[in-house]
Amino acid sequence: MSKVTAWEKVKIAREPDRPTALDYIENIFDDFIELHGDRYFKDDKSIVCGLGNIGKQNYTIVAEQKGRNTKENIERNFGMPNPEAYRKALRFMKQAEKFKRPIITFIDTKGAYPGLGAEERGQGEAIARNLMEMSDLKVPIIAIVIGEGSSGGALAIGVGDRILMLENAVYSILSPEGYASILWKDSSRAEEAAEKMKLTAEDLLDLGVIDEVIKEPKGNAKQDVEKMSNIIKKKIIENIKELKKLDIDELTERRYKKFRNM
Amino acid sequence: MVIDKIKKRIEYDNEDIGKKDEHRSDIPVGKWVKCSKCKEILYKDDLHKNYSVCPNCGNHFRLSSRRRVEQIIDVGTFREFDLKIKTNNPLEMEDYIKKLDILKEKTGLDEAVKCGIGNINDEKVVICVMDSNFMMGSMGKVVGEKITYSIEKAIELSLPVIIFCASGGARMQEGIVSLMQMAKTSAAVQKLNKAGLLYISVLTDPTYGGVTASFASLGDIILAEPNAMIGFAGPRVIKQTIGEDLPEGFQTAEFLLEHGFVDKVVERKEMKDTLYKLIKFNKV
Repeated sequence: MSKVTAWEKVKIAREPDRPTALDYIENIFDDFIELHGDRYFKDDKSIVCGLGNIGKQNYTIVAEQKGRNTKENIERNFGMPNPEAYRKALRFMKQAEKFKRPIITFIDTKGAYPGLGAEERGQGEAIARNLMEMSDLKVPIIAIVIGEGSSGGALAIGVGDRILMLENAVYSILSPEGYASILWKDSSRAEEAAEKMKLTAEDLLDLGVIDEVIKEPKGNAKQDVEKMSNIIKKKIIENIKELKKLDIDELTERRYKKFRNM
Repeated sequence: MVIDKIKKRIEYDNEDIGKKDEHRSDIPVGKWVKCSKCKEILYKDDLHKNYSVCPNCGNHFRLSSRRRVEQIIDVGTFREFDLKIKTNNPLEMEDYIKKLDILKEKTGLDEAVKCGIGNINDEKVVICVMDSNFMMGSMGKVVGEKITYSIEKAIELSLPVIIFCASGGARMQEGIVSLMQMAKTSAAVQKLNKAGLLYISVLTDPTYGGVTASFASLGDIILAEPNAMIGFAGPRVIKQTIGEDLPEGFQTAEFLLEHGFVDKVVERKEMKDTLYKLIKFNKV
């Protein structure tokens, strides 16, 4: 098989039938209960939060969720969070800390929503606060980029001890279209931008931005969601086992240094 | 050699860097400058004596980091950190390093933020001042590193931190590495919090993107200059998203004050005394 280009990966990551966070969550966790709301403003459905377990280990789950059809996409704002989504995520992550539950986040977004209301309600502040708080939460955090990880909207749930990334997922400062538009004033040069941006899992592993690339079955996660879920599940179990060996101060100090060195 | 550098700096001082921009910088051509807001022709010396604020309409001109330090820090007390760090050009962008070198020559700055220690009415502080004349104040690895280093230094020396923000956001040329500077600087702010030290963030025109979505929004106290444009997404992007014009005054400092994201809008001539007062109030 010939090498998949960066632009092809962008296209795979965006396929409407690519498995979403909930597709994996249902398969990975023995049991899962979704819980809602940021307690300030509303329940933003572009981020799903809840509790789940694998065997005896409980987890707090925070996941950016794209819709699986048009109706769902409208409900979930195409997976583009407003500030209340990030505040909901933070509420559940702080709760995880209280109950000493490890956190698993699933990253899959075109970016934080650039709307009027988002600005009025402090999109920048919401993202910033998550980055700050996540940096020293006293529980292990694993972040998994499953599709598109774009901009601060992705990073806002991405400050983890381990950053894993599916083979065909992409993670970048901005969409290739946005990048080309800002740098070259020409969004039609997106393909060229994608090749330059080092947004593939392999490139990011080289740069030290992520820790591990997770292979996709038959070269594309949608070919076998169950198998893909099982692979992710194994990785979660493996990594949590490692992270739980560290005492909490060491864990947070390592997390600080990890981002400090980027 | 040194003389050449000084000459170049003087040239820079006289250059009209913001000519394409309606918010012009405070570095006009010759002796006169036109206010972008009221169109009044102003004598340069008068403008600078008035904190680079238009005496006619109160328009705050953008300020270079050098002038900002002059306005805020007691004469002769500023000691700049000498970090000698360089970007490693992670995306291997053609001409990026060359572009930086040219800007360094032209502006006399080493990057988009100036960081150091100085006094505000005899109160010692760590201060970082971003400069929109250098790549629109964008944050790449060097800016992220300098901000983080400054915060860590403040923790080491138990000093308050003041950051003047002016930035278009994360620097595109360094891609994902720029994005990661948001996590790095925000984590440093959390360390400062744990150390119980004061952080005052001052938002100046413009503060956007990855800087708004990291340290700029994390001050214990957040001040802003009048009429500064501040936001996460740029106005053009939002306009495209919603498909209509933005309301009057959207994303101004006053808009943020109204929505609860800024503690106080402070005029430039009051800035030093306001900072001093806040530092004194926050002393244990």
